[in-house]
Amino acid sequence: MASIVAEGLSIEFPLYHLGARSLKKRLLSKAAIRVRTDESNRVVVSALRDLNFSIQRGERVALVGSNGAGKTTLLRTIAGIYEPVGGELTVQGEIGSLIDPGAGMDSDSTGRENIRLRGLYRGMDDASIAALEEDVAEFSGLGEFLDVPTRGYSAGMSVRLAFAMATAIAPQILLMDEWFLAGDADFMQKAENRLVSLVNNADILIIASHDFDIVRRWCTRAIRLNAGRIVADGPVDEVLAGMGVAPPQPQPAV
Amino acid sequence: MQQTAALPTYHVNARDPQRGGRAMADLATGFASWRLAWALARLDLRNRYRGSVIGPFWVTLSTAVMVVGLGLLYSQLLRQDITLYLPHLAVSLIVWNTIAAMVPDATSCLTSAEGVIRQLPLPLTTHALRSVFRNGLSAAHSLPLILVVFAAMGHWPGLEALLALPGLVLLGINSLAASLFLGMVCARFRDIGQIVTNIMQLAFFMTPVIWKADLLSNPSVLLLNPFYPMLEVIRGPLVEGGVSLTVWGMALLYTAIHCGIAAAFFVRFRSRVAFWV
Repeated sequence: MASIVAEGLSIEFPLYHLGARSLKKRLLSKAAIRVRTDESNRVVVSALRDLNFSIQRGERVALVGSNGAGKTTLLRTIAGIYEPVGGELTVQGEIGSLIDPGAGMDSDSTGRENIRLRGLYRGMDDASIAALEEDVAEFSGLGEFLDVPTRGYSAGMSVRLAFAMATAIAPQILLMDEWFLAGDADFMQKAENRLVSLVNNADILIIASHDFDIVRRWCTRAIRLNAGRIVADGPVDEVLAGMGVAPPQPQPAV
Repeated sequence: MQQTAALPTYHVNARDPQRGGRAMADLATGFASWRLAWALARLDLRNRYRGSVIGPFWVTLSTAVMVVGLGLLYSQLLRQDITLYLPHLAVSLIVWNTIAAMVPDATSCLTSAEGVIRQLPLPLTTHALRSVFRNGLSAAHSLPLILVVFAAMGHWPGLEALLALPGLVLLGINSLAASLFLGMVCARFRDIGQIVTNIMQLAFFMTPVIWKADLLSNPSVLLLNPFYPMLEVIRGPLVEGGVSLTVWGMALLYTAIHCGIAAAFFVRFRSRVAFWV
């Protein structure tokens, strides 16, 4: 059964290319809370500090908190990009991440070539890549532009292609960053339907978001991060109330 | 739930990092997904020569010009018979150019993949293999030049030329080790790339690329230069009718040391690369 368990999970970012010592001193004296020197005298930023949580199958979790609270870092850590410097993390289940749509895209390649490349990045065989191509072609609605290098795409077309490729997955654990909630209005309805089915089919959803409407609509649980620590963890309404967010106005019946 | 056991599980514990096992898994998945590295390498070449008519054959062409020009001059300067000297120079220059292109590529193979490393959990081996494949493909474009020179000079090696193949394999292994090692070191210390460029310039003159080893009164001191046995195991079978066992032994020894250092570094610091790039 899909699950995510973290015990004392910590991530520290070393700041290597700081240059002058004076800069180092100034940084340390000003922000003594999260920036510190570790035992080998490097300057490190504590991005995540001693996180303990357990997420079971069926849970829809929102990560909330201000910019720099550690939301995206936590997503990347669960995805296996950053290995923790402290604590323990166990993730059971196939992970699909919608963190950066453009990662691994090649702007000199055509849309079709990019789809194939994405398939290879995911380690798919030829048959699955063909299926991916068909799916993306249909959903993105790019038509003949699929055979044009993506360098020549408009911003909207790039978003369509990136979105279609990124969401052509069926993971058990879905990690999502908030960029998915931006896009042109025409495409948004179609995109949202696809996202909703993706979310519904996943065993676990973790989404980092500032959009409290989305959080209320999709999530059952919220984890509030502040300066790399968990400050609240519980039902969405409780956590949002703790942040001073007013409960939603009752919608008039349509 | 019957599927429970089949679920892919990702487990890390900072107190018990299992670095060796993870490094092996990185290599294994990297090699298993060689098609990705191959596709990326071909893309790199295509993009580098985008819009160019003869593309990667520019390298062949410039090497050809170098071989003819240097061949005419140095066969006079070093008082060598040109029919013997030109095959030597052609193979030397092509192998050296390959090494000289691989090393700087190795230093940047991880930093240039920064965007991917920080977004997708891919094995680092994939990025290293990409650099190896790219240089291998690029070097393959120069192979016809060797045939042309051999034909023009009437120099045809016998079956012993096949012994150059294990030499090429050794070059590939060293290239992978260098990509992992230099790639990681240069991700952490950005000055190393510059130092490496300087070392490679010096190495070109210290290694018998243009000149021949037997011009030295004591050629065995050359064995202390790791580039020499590496060059010789490929050049010897093609040009001089074979390689001595000593040269092969030294080539294997240097490769083993190189791989050992690279492996130690890879096992220890692999998980830190995402923070370095």
